[in-house]
Amino acid sequence: MRAGIVSLILYALILPAAALTPDELIPDPALEGRARAISAELRCLVCQNQTIDDSDAPLARDLRALVRQYILAGQSDAEIIAAVTERYGDFVLFRPRLSPQNYFLWFGPFLLFAIGLFTLWRILRKTRS
Amino acid sequence: MSAELGHFAVILTLLVAAVQACIGFAGAGRGRDAWMLVAPRAAVLQLGLLFVAGAALIRGFVTSDFSLNVVAANSHIDKPLLYKIAGSWGNHEGSMLMWAFILALYGALFAVLSGRLPLIFRARVLATQALVSLGFLGFILFTSNPFARSFPAPFEGRGLNPILQDPALAAHPPLLYAGYVGYSLCFSFAIAAMLDRQISTDWAAWVRRWALLAWMFLTAGIALGSFWAYYELGWGGFWFWDPVENASFMPWLAGTAFLHSIKVTARQGHFMRWTVLLAILTFALSLIGTFLVRSGVLTSVHAFANDPARGVYILAIIAATIGGALALYSRATFANEIEKSFQLLSREAALLLNNIFLATATATVFIGTLYPLAIDALGLGKISVGPPYFAAVFLPLCIPFFVILPFGPVLAWGRASWLQIRRALAAPLVAALLAALAFMSVRAELSLSVLAALFGAMWLIMSSVATLLAALDIRRAGLWGRLGLVPPSVVAGNLAHAGIGLMLLGIIGATAWRSETVVAVAPGDRIQLGGYQFVFEAVSQVKGPNYVAERARIVMRDLDGRTKTLTPEKRIYSAERSQTTEAAIDVKLSRHIYAVLGEQLEDGRRVIRIWEHPLVAFIWLGALVMVLAGGFGLRGGRR
Repeated sequence: MRAGIVSLILYALILPAAALTPDELIPDPALEGRARAISAELRCLVCQNQTIDDSDAPLARDLRALVRQYILAGQSDAEIIAAVTERYGDFVLFRPRLSPQNYFLWFGPFLLFAIGLFTLWRILRKTRS
Repeated sequence: MSAELGHFAVILTLLVAAVQACIGFAGAGRGRDAWMLVAPRAAVLQLGLLFVAGAALIRGFVTSDFSLNVVAANSHIDKPLLYKIAGSWGNHEGSMLMWAFILALYGALFAVLSGRLPLIFRARVLATQALVSLGFLGFILFTSNPFARSFPAPFEGRGLNPILQDPALAAHPPLLYAGYVGYSLCFSFAIAAMLDRQISTDWAAWVRRWALLAWMFLTAGIALGSFWAYYELGWGGFWFWDPVENASFMPWLAGTAFLHSIKVTARQGHFMRWTVLLAILTFALSLIGTFLVRSGVLTSVHAFANDPARGVYILAIIAATIGGALALYSRATFANEIEKSFQLLSREAALLLNNIFLATATATVFIGTLYPLAIDALGLGKISVGPPYFAAVFLPLCIPFFVILPFGPVLAWGRASWLQIRRALAAPLVAALLAALAFMSVRAELSLSVLAALFGAMWLIMSSVATLLAALDIRRAGLWGRLGLVPPSVVAGNLAHAGIGLMLLGIIGATAWRSETVVAVAPGDRIQLGGYQFVFEAVSQVKGPNYVAERARIVMRDLDGRTKTLTPEKRIYSAERSQTTEAAIDVKLSRHIYAVLGEQLEDGRRVIRIWEHPLVAFIWLGALVMVLAGGFGLRGGRR
């Protein structure tokens, strides 16, 4: 293996990772793809604004290992994210939870858009009459 | 000594700005020509004085005068000259001085170029500019003085963050600020129009040009920042939805909305209040962007609370500027506002819809960026809002926007007919579908969302080109014969839309079709990625001006047997005690091959990461087309 062609081509659509080292990867591309997708949702807690895959920080490395460990243990994506959140708090989630506190975050933009369309409709009606 | 001269120049500028504001408004209020004429002269004087201040600061950096605190904190004797100069705006104090300088530059440019406009209007615009200037000069002098000295002076400086020592990042802040600050003129125009209680066609034509100029700079600045992130941050990401990026994206979105609504105001005389509001909001977002980046509030709300002087001062500037403008706005009426009727199928409705989309997009970025700060400030905990949120909320808004966008430029004012739309858009629709399918067949992957996005990109490009060709009417008179006769704004609009399409194409390629490999190799090992084969040869030590680097030699061979040597580096900057990775990128229009040298493993092997980023160049090519389109637009005023 070492002397020969070293190749590990992962799928297209797999998410990028700037800090991952070869020894961390799961050999099965499907599982590794899942690990990347989960990692893209998780923030490195000690960094400015990086996912755990992009960060060189030891904490990010630990989290990457943890995620892969859970995957190999057969847990589902949702279970893994829940377990990590349990341990590190909501701050670790790049996709905030849909809790009442975050309703405006999630629905505000669509509400504003609806108000915009309603205004357009009213203007059109007014100018017609 | 020159630093004191610079400091003195800033103090003088503050006084000149105060005079410009008072005499400008007072003269306009009382109709005294002699007073009002002071404003343009004061504006030019401000520029001259701040030029002296800027030169003094740059001199401090170039001569490594470490008695100046900013120089000591951000420079080093071994730093190359370019980064000594760029270092003068690569820090908080210096960048604020540059903000003020660019503000003065816009003020002086307007003062010199606006001779044709009514004096009372010029005086009001310049007096408003002076108020903004006053706020920022006060900020510099009271909280962020770049000319503060320490005694005894340190023997050596602490250096500039190595990832900032880069040509693109030397040019990025001036471009970005030229965009942000350019919107100050739109703001001042809005204030002057509200005081005038009318909006002339002249007003619209003038403000459109300045907004376009600011928009071009902002587009170029954001694109350059994204390009820098792409090649410097180590894996080829081009947009991270980072709060700092969002801070520049918000005024861009609002400014783009403004460019569209001003068309209706210029042409038809309606939406006046909305256009004025957008001008205010765009500049407000520029200020908020400055606040977010400069106050430290992004790092942590608590860091901000511990050293609140700067943040509170900028917040006060924002509150005064926006509050004052909105108070004026709440009572503003325009004597010449026209209410013409239009239908859903009309240019007016299309532009209004554009504004609804862009305003929602702006609000989304605003909410996403500020929500964690609000939650934290309210003591409700800490949350993160990252790329998955924006992918879920922002992108769904983009899809319908891009689908209906091509209709806008082909619709007639007031009332358009379906026949006309069919004639203009049937051919590009078919062409776009075929092109999207052709792309997919080459890629041989089936993904509905990618196909839809591809169609969107093609639809934007094809419809823009078709609309442009129809306007040129090349069948009757060759291309160049007609180019001079088509209104530049038509060329500009369609080019800009095509630019968005090109950018979208690049984004699709770089996100959906990207492939990567990460391996540990010893010299002589081969790496395979797609149709490419790489041979890792060796790592050697290289010495740069202020760093030492490990440089890998990787020979790339493509399917046709052509070879090329890639030399990614890992640099260690001793002064700053930090390291950077310099990717090696083999550039082709169809794809970039992006190689990064990673760490050394215990067994001596090196980690190498290689990516193929198909079509990624189109992202910045699209931005370039948009900037060029802006250049066309600058030529055209009213027909």
